[in-house]
Amino acid sequence: MNELIVMILSTIGSIFVLSTSVAMFRKRDVYLRINVTTKTATLGLGLLLASAAIFFQEYSVTTRVLVTIIFVILTAPIGGHMLARAAYLNKIKKWEGMKIDDLAGQYDPKRKVLYSEKKNTSFEPPVDYDKGPKKT
Amino acid sequence: MTLVEYYQYVVVPILGVSVILVFIRFLKGPSLADRVISLDMLILMAIGIVVIYSIIYDQSTFLDIAMLFALIAFLGTVAFAYYLEERKKRDE
Repeated sequence: MNELIVMILSTIGSIFVLSTSVAMFRKRDVYLRINVTTKTATLGLGLLLASAAIFFQEYSVTTRVLVTIIFVILTAPIGGHMLARAAYLNKIKKWEGMKIDDLAGQYDPKRKVLYSEKKNTSFEPPVDYDKGPKKT
Repeated sequence: MTLVEYYQYVVVPILGVSVILVFIRFLKGPSLADRVISLDMLILMAIGIVVIYSIIYDQSTFLDIAMLFALIAFLGTVAFAYYLEERKKRDE
């Protein structure tokens, strides 16, 4: 019974990893590929590590597995976000099929600051990020 | 079919095929960001392979290496992202 649960969990996890790697191979854009990696980090690795925890059934192994799962779930989206931001600021070529780019015109490429409102509607940032708040 | 045979004939080949696919993307990737994200994904899949081998050989100490790989993957991705951001500034 225990072995059956381990088999099922690890099979589902490895199939998830395979599906994300196929997507990694076939997607056409850097941003789509960055979007894909977090799936293997969360569900694929989570199920594989959980199968190890069920197989060994010791407290030391379970705590190690939990720490690894929590660390990977916390850090993989952060790394993906930083990489996507760097790619966007470097103006890496987008896919031609991209219809909506919500970040167009929002980033200041010199200071690398993101404005939260549309810049082309006569918007001025209220704070000068180099000198502090504006005095009126 | 025992657990070890099942792992060696089903789960390890699935992970091996996925490693090969991502490695092709690592070699092909048109930009540097593609290579960095595929390297990150390779290390994440290495964590899974280490876990599978720790079950096959019944050695729970292999999981320490999986934890180390998670740390190294995050550090490498963040360092490469910072490098990608700052690299453009020096060229201009």
